[in-house]
Amino acid sequence: MTSSTAVLEAEHVTRRFGATLALDDVSLTVRAGELVGLLGPNGAGKTTLLSLVTGLRRPDLGTVRLFGGDPRDPASRVRLGLTPQETGLPATLRVGEVVDLVAGHYPDPMPRGEVLEWFGLADQARRQTGALSGGQRRRLAVALALVGRPRLVVLDEPTTGLDVEARHLLWAALREYHASGATVLVTSHYLEEIEALAQRVVVMGGGVVLADDAIAAVLARVQVRRVGFSVAADGRAAGDAGDVVGRLPGVVGSRRDGDRVEVLASDADALVRALVADGVAFTGLEVRGASLEEAFLALTGSTPAVTSPPPRPTEEMAR
Amino acid sequence: MTTLPTSDPVPTRPAPVGATSVRTPHPGPDDARPLVRPTLRLAGLHARYQFLETVRVPIAVIGNTVFPALAMFFFVVPQRAVASDPVAATAAVGQLGMFAVMSTCLFTYGAGVSEDRQQPFDPYLRSLPAGAGPRMVGRVVNGAAFALLGLLPLVIIGWLFTDAAVTLGRLLLSVVVIAASALPFLLLGLAVGYSLSAKAALPVVQVLLFPMAFAGGMFMPPEFFPGWLDAISRALPSRAGRDLLVQALTGEAAPATALPVLVGWGVLFAALVVWAYRRDEGRRFH
Repeated sequence: MTSSTAVLEAEHVTRRFGATLALDDVSLTVRAGELVGLLGPNGAGKTTLLSLVTGLRRPDLGTVRLFGGDPRDPASRVRLGLTPQETGLPATLRVGEVVDLVAGHYPDPMPRGEVLEWFGLADQARRQTGALSGGQRRRLAVALALVGRPRLVVLDEPTTGLDVEARHLLWAALREYHASGATVLVTSHYLEEIEALAQRVVVMGGGVVLADDAIAAVLARVQVRRVGFSVAADGRAAGDAGDVVGRLPGVVGSRRDGDRVEVLASDADALVRALVADGVAFTGLEVRGASLEEAFLALTGSTPAVTSPPPRPTEEMAR
Repeated sequence: MTTLPTSDPVPTRPAPVGATSVRTPHPGPDDARPLVRPTLRLAGLHARYQFLETVRVPIAVIGNTVFPALAMFFFVVPQRAVASDPVAATAAVGQLGMFAVMSTCLFTYGAGVSEDRQQPFDPYLRSLPAGAGPRMVGRVVNGAAFALLGLLPLVIIGWLFTDAAVTLGRLLLSVVVIAASALPFLLLGLAVGYSLSAKAALPVVQVLLFPMAFAGGMFMPPEFFPGWLDAISRALPSRAGRDLLVQALTGEAAPATALPVLVGWGVLFAALVVWAYRRDEGRRFH
């Protein structure tokens, strides 16, 4: 299989539910070896798209192909692995039993002990899934997606509810699995997750694909920059520091935290020029690319949420 | 794989993930034409885990098994007129047996299916590389197994505490008859399961089961029915199944209408299942 082989192809797919148009002429191709992030708010059409890919539903219009076949044909799904919803594990079955049940559907699954060990669940093998912690259930869900050694892994919100450390370990596992030759499609509400995992991002909103590009390209497409600076509070500045944001051009969102001002600007250069010309005494000027969250909100037409920016290490911003 | 520290009682840190395993799990080959596992194997797999899921909530199993046995003890064994008459006692075992099977079918397929449909694990299972067949086979196998489990105490009580008697040939014939008569109830259960939510399915199953059982002569032999009730009773699938089973067990002839009545209901319930399943497809998902 060459790197250009399509693992998953959706062509002009439309699906409605009653009066709701869940997918509106969506086309998406995922090629072998890609690590694609699927991003969008609730109701964007992500879940519907995944349900077509996994053969649960049929599109009203258009075609979906999985490894070149119809996803509704079980043979097309032999090389597909996906996560169940965390809350959806059968509560009375033991961890080892659920793994065996899923593994039994694949021709060459990982040995149970190996997969449980890999996900740190070896000690939990005999516990019923209902007795697991949220984090353990999440890890089991990802383990179930990988136990059949799938060529394509579809992960729906893989680390929702995990603490930071557990999340990073799970990402490392997924990157490792991807590096060994698999194709990965991951959906998430955690923008940090998409930024950390994916090479390519597909942004969906209102049943259509809003953007489909490399992460850097998506970020570049939305010319939103985060500009931060501090103003002296004692009023020694030439201008009025209190209202400085109101005098700046192209502000699409702002936040004030004591002396520190954070502004989302559509044109950072013009904003900085205006800031200098304003005469306000500022210090610690910082201009950064927008986070994926900000880019995504700009694409979906919502006001960027600068009111509560997530704390974000700079090396992740650099991705 | 190396030994890994997994003794942490509150594993907030899943140490082994990706970090220390010697052998990296890797995806399977991409050249071979992937094959779905053989249907029989998958059916066995689903039957096994459905069985485990059911027995881990033992109240349903106990209910289905104990109720007919209790009815036998309270209503048949103390009545010496019935218990000491081989034909009447055998018929009593038969009609309560039919009740046990009917009850298992309606609860397993009615309440059970509608409950499963609401589990988020249901769409997950349907996305695994297997068709609908293996799960359905698993359901039927489990239904049959639990129905049989419900019959055992009845047969044992009938054998030990009454003069019920049956030849081996008749017993074998009865097993065939009871399996065939179970079909319309299996279909009715599925129709309920696929058309109603779990909350609605349970009371509906109970409302269907008990009047149908009573009017079908499963608690009281239909010979004691007034004429009008007997007329209604003969049109019911429960009565038809009961009569056919009693005929197989004792040789007491069932009314000529029994078989057509049972088949007629079977066809109607099958149509209901198809309707409910199709209607359900669009709504099952959000």
